[in-house]
Amino acid sequence: MRAYLPAYEMETPRDLAAALSRMAAEPGAWRAFAGGTDLMVLLEAGKLPHRKFLNIWNLAELRGIAASAEHVTLGALTTYAEVQRHEILAREFPLLCRAAAETGSVATQNRGTLGGNIANASPAADSPPAMIVYDAEIEIVSAGGARWVPYASFHTGYKKMNLRAGELIRSIRVARPRSAWKQYFRKVGARRAQAISKICFAAAGCVEAGRIAEVRIALGSVAPTVLRAARTEELLRGQRLESAALLLAAQDALGAEITPIDDMRSTGRYRRNVARNLLAEFLEVLAS
Amino acid sequence: MPVEGARKIPLSCVVNGAAVTCEAYPMARLLDVLREELKLTGTKEGCGEGECGACSIEMDGALVNSCLVPALQAEGATIRTIEGVTCGGSLHAVQQAFITHGGAQCGICTPGMILAAVNLLARYPQPDDAQIRDGLSGNLCRCTGYMKIFESVVAAARDAEIRA
Repeated sequence: MRAYLPAYEMETPRDLAAALSRMAAEPGAWRAFAGGTDLMVLLEAGKLPHRKFLNIWNLAELRGIAASAEHVTLGALTTYAEVQRHEILAREFPLLCRAAAETGSVATQNRGTLGGNIANASPAADSPPAMIVYDAEIEIVSAGGARWVPYASFHTGYKKMNLRAGELIRSIRVARPRSAWKQYFRKVGARRAQAISKICFAAAGCVEAGRIAEVRIALGSVAPTVLRAARTEELLRGQRLESAALLLAAQDALGAEITPIDDMRSTGRYRRNVARNLLAEFLEVLAS
Repeated sequence: MPVEGARKIPLSCVVNGAAVTCEAYPMARLLDVLREELKLTGTKEGCGEGECGACSIEMDGALVNSCLVPALQAEGATIRTIEGVTCGGSLHAVQQAFITHGGAQCGICTPGMILAAVNLLARYPQPDDAQIRDGLSGNLCRCTGYMKIFESVVAAARDAEIRA
C-alpha cells in the first residue's frame, strides 16, 4: 500500500545548528533524511513509521573527506560514489572502496551515504564490516555537544544503536594503516550487481617473522548486527600461519561466534559454511 | 480522518534546460512530479524501490532513481530526463545506437537505460567493457537479454570517437 503523502512532513534546515535545535525542541519527533535510498523504499511500501523528516542532504557540515596524518574523516553524507573517487581511500582503504562499489548501482551509489548506511542499522549493510576493520569511530552531535563512539560498539542489537533522540551522526573517522597490511573483502550475493549480501566479509592483517602480528575480521549478515569476530582474531594473533591446525581452530572459533539465520536470501547453514571458506581464503591472502 | 501534516510546497527547478515551477507534497516522489505535474511521461516507473532503474534521470549531473528522490530535495536542482537527451532536435548518439543495434524492445526500460548510458559516456567517453557493464548494472531489462543494449552503448562510444 502506498503512503498517504499529506501525512509526511519534511523541512530543510538552513544549517547543522538549525537541524539540531529542531531535533532538540521535539525529542524523537524529527528524523534525519539523507539520500533516501532506504527511507523512500519504506515510504513507497507504506511502511515508513516516522512522519517528520529533516532534509539534511545539503548540510555542508556533514560533507567532505579530510585526511590528517593519523586519520581520514568522512562526513556522514559522503556517498558511495565519493568514497570510490577519493585518492587516499582508494590507496589505503580498499575494503571501504570495494564495499562502496558493491553496494547497489551507480544511481544508488550517487545517493546512498555512509551515515545513512550506519543509521539504517541493517546487519546486511556492506560498508560497516570495512569500517570495523579500520577501527572506525563515529562522531555524534546534538544541540548539547559532540561525542565519539567506537563503531564496533555502536550497534547494540538488531536495528538498535547507541543514538539518542536529538542526535545525528556527523562524521566517521578511520585510522590510517601504519604498516603494509594485507586486506581482503568479499561480498557473496545472489548475483554480482545490485544484490543484498548473503554474507559480507572484510578483514586485514599483517605477518611479522612468520607470525600473525595483527588481524581484524568483520562480517555482515551473520548476526543481529554487523559483527567483529573478536574471538577469532584473538585465536589467530601471534600464531604461525603455516600451522595446519590453525585454520580448523580458527574456522571453529568463527563458527562459534556467528549466529546466522535462515531468511529470504539464504540459510544459516550456507552462511556458516561460506564464512568458514572466506576465512580460509583470507588466511591464504595473509600468507601470500 | 488521516492526519494532515504536510501541505504542498512550491517547487522550482530546471528541467531539460527550462526553469519550471509546480506544487508538490514535500515527500512526493520526483518520479511522480515529473510524470504527473510536469507531464514528462518519458520517465517510467518499474519497481518503485530503486532496483530496476526504469525511472533513472540526471539530477545535478548525477544519475539517480527518481522514485527515491523526495520532491523537496529537487528544489533548485538541474534535472535532465529522457525528453532532454536529444540535441537540437536530432537524436543523441546513444538513442541512435539503440535504434540501429536493436537495444530497445518493449521500451519500458529504454529511457532509463539511455540516461544511464549517456551518464556513463559523460564520465568515461571511451569506456571499457567492465565500465559499461557497471554503468548499466542498475537498469533491468526483461526483453533483450542485455547484449543488444551493451552493443548499442559500445557502438555509441565508438561513433562518438569517430566523430571527434
